[in-house]
Amino acid sequence: MNAAAPPLPTSLPTPLIVLVGNPNAGKSALFNALTGARQKIGNYPGVTVERKLGRMMLGDGRPAELIDLPGAYSLNPGSLDEAVTRDVILGRQAGQRRPDAIIIVVDAGNLDNHLRFALQLIGLGLPVVVALNMIDLAERDGLELDPQRLAAELGVPVVPTVAVRKRGLDPLLGELAATLSGPMSDKPVVGDQTGALDDGEFRALSVRARDIAKMAILRETPTRQWTRLLDGILLHPLAGVVILLMLLFVMFQAVFAWSQAPMDWIEAGFALVADQVIAVTPDGWLRSLINDGVIAGVGAVVAFLPQILILFLFILLLEASGYMTRAAFVMDRMMMGVGLSGHSFIPLLSSFACAIPGIMATRTIMDQKDRLTTILIAPLMTCSARLPVYTVIIGAFIPARSIGPGIGLQGLVLFGLYIAGIFGAMAAALVIRRRVVKGAQGSFLIEMPRYQWPRLRDIALGLWQRAWLFLRRAGTIIFISTIILWALLSFPKAPENSATGQAEYSLAGRIAAAVEPIVRPIGFTKEIALALIPAMAAREVAVSALATTYAIDDKGDEAATARSLGQRLAGKWSLATALAFLAWFVFAPQCISTIAVTRRETNGWKWPAFMVGYLFAMAYVAAAITYWTAVAFGLG
Amino acid sequence: MQLDIAPLRHLLRVESIDWSAIPDGEAQRLRSLGVDEGAVIEPLHRGILFFRDPLAIRVGRMTVALRLKVAAAIRCSATEQ
Repeated sequence: MNAAAPPLPTSLPTPLIVLVGNPNAGKSALFNALTGARQKIGNYPGVTVERKLGRMMLGDGRPAELIDLPGAYSLNPGSLDEAVTRDVILGRQAGQRRPDAIIIVVDAGNLDNHLRFALQLIGLGLPVVVALNMIDLAERDGLELDPQRLAAELGVPVVPTVAVRKRGLDPLLGELAATLSGPMSDKPVVGDQTGALDDGEFRALSVRARDIAKMAILRETPTRQWTRLLDGILLHPLAGVVILLMLLFVMFQAVFAWSQAPMDWIEAGFALVADQVIAVTPDGWLRSLINDGVIAGVGAVVAFLPQILILFLFILLLEASGYMTRAAFVMDRMMMGVGLSGHSFIPLLSSFACAIPGIMATRTIMDQKDRLTTILIAPLMTCSARLPVYTVIIGAFIPARSIGPGIGLQGLVLFGLYIAGIFGAMAAALVIRRRVVKGAQGSFLIEMPRYQWPRLRDIALGLWQRAWLFLRRAGTIIFISTIILWALLSFPKAPENSATGQAEYSLAGRIAAAVEPIVRPIGFTKEIALALIPAMAAREVAVSALATTYAIDDKGDEAATARSLGQRLAGKWSLATALAFLAWFVFAPQCISTIAVTRRETNGWKWPAFMVGYLFAMAYVAAAITYWTAVAFGLG
Repeated sequence: MQLDIAPLRHLLRVESIDWSAIPDGEAQRLRSLGVDEGAVIEPLHRGILFFRDPLAIRVGRMTVALRLKVAAAIRCSATEQ
């Protein structure tokens, strides 16, 4: 163990270790346990496969870098993710040095299947330690294992671990240090080996894996009672659908119901800061920049952090508990109806939080036509960036009254907007799959992991990473667009006693005047036209843009300034306009980052251009239908 | 019998698979998930409502979901273990 490992010269480079294993082996939990919060998340150069790098201390005190590689079933890649895993292991991934050692993570409760990939990896000849992970769940499921026998059969160290409880980490780090300190010369060199197996080799390895698993299993009782019991309910032909719909409904209700208090606190905090700015700065452009630009704009968006985190909380819980693949199972047949598969459901559900990870999650879809279609419709899922827009408009125009036990009208309208996005996506998928991305029906073949309690620490870490990304976005894209918009709105100055408001007189107002004729038929005002332009950067900018526009126009009117954006809009817009504005945002592709990630994922501008074009057309038509229907009902 | 019409909760041994009826990528994934000639499997759940598609099966200690079209290419026989 670590005590036996001789100290190494300090001049040696920091060892690079990779965590590899089948999907659902618990790699990410082990990565979190080994690196704590010392993680850096990015992408591999040239591809949008997430690269998670962390630092840890080996058993002998040496620092080491650890990479959490995407789950794979073998070195014969079936998806982009798996290709990256293979290339990193073989030292062929651009911008990534070859690893010095591998931690192979195997699920102790699924040895016969996971050992095949482990055997293939061991065959590469790199220093290896096997983490026999989730040993507690295996025991819970009636398995008694012999790690020593397993180590003897595999010919490499095997350490039982329970990543989520941080059990077995010290022995693992000790074995890793010892393995790295061992003689390297007698180890085969990976070189240009591809690790790929033909059918015969694959079968032989499967047989060997099953034999080793049999030898390592001392006692076995019928499998996964809890998982079978829960699957009996959650995959039930009727109850399964009802439960999934109820879960989604609760999720969207919670986004509204749970977030009110923290949102009020954030808004009160920004109001306090604005008061302080008034107290310490003279009336002039600087105060206007800070209060009307930065605080009104960035503050309006940051206030939605609680809602975004609640949404992510649900998605992380669904993923960590093992339910997400069940949802894919339940949805597969319906997705098949529009030419897709249950595989697309997981990226699409992730897109409710943000289309970017959703689009990136399509890498696991084997069928390329299904994958492209999923990418093209992902922006139609109601992402968290739309929440600020929806919340402001719903808060201003829809009464906050209950229409049944635990069901609020505002939450119901929000649910309706989500449903509109889903139906829009399904309709788009149907047309795209039949007319644009033609080809044979895709497939649905997926492993459904056992259920487990999500670990609070992993969920908290996931939420923190999302919160940080959102705040960074608020501090960069939204901050910069807000300041540019403030400047465009503030200059040139409208003459004293002019009948024209400052926003209308400004440069931004003149740009909006040019755009306004295009959006007038769908009920949009000049202020909305103005807000739509910077909102191309990100949807939530529409809220900050409206906040800044009206803050500048109401300047000097203390009563108006004291009112929230929602109250201001309620006084200035008709209900028909507000509903058309909501309908527009169900479809409009207003997010530069989504367009950029689509370009990267599809290797060119053809598909992002198609996506932007068809989504704007849908947005325009939907807003027009909504506006004119509302006007016909006397709501204009 | 073909797996797509096999009764639920009965142990089956995979006798043969018509690999030519399954696209390459899917065939590789099927093998990776342990569904191969000789494997012992157990159909557990069918898909929603009246569609009965996809099908969830147990392979070893793992649950795998596959579509009926693929299941139709898998021939099985009843087994005790």
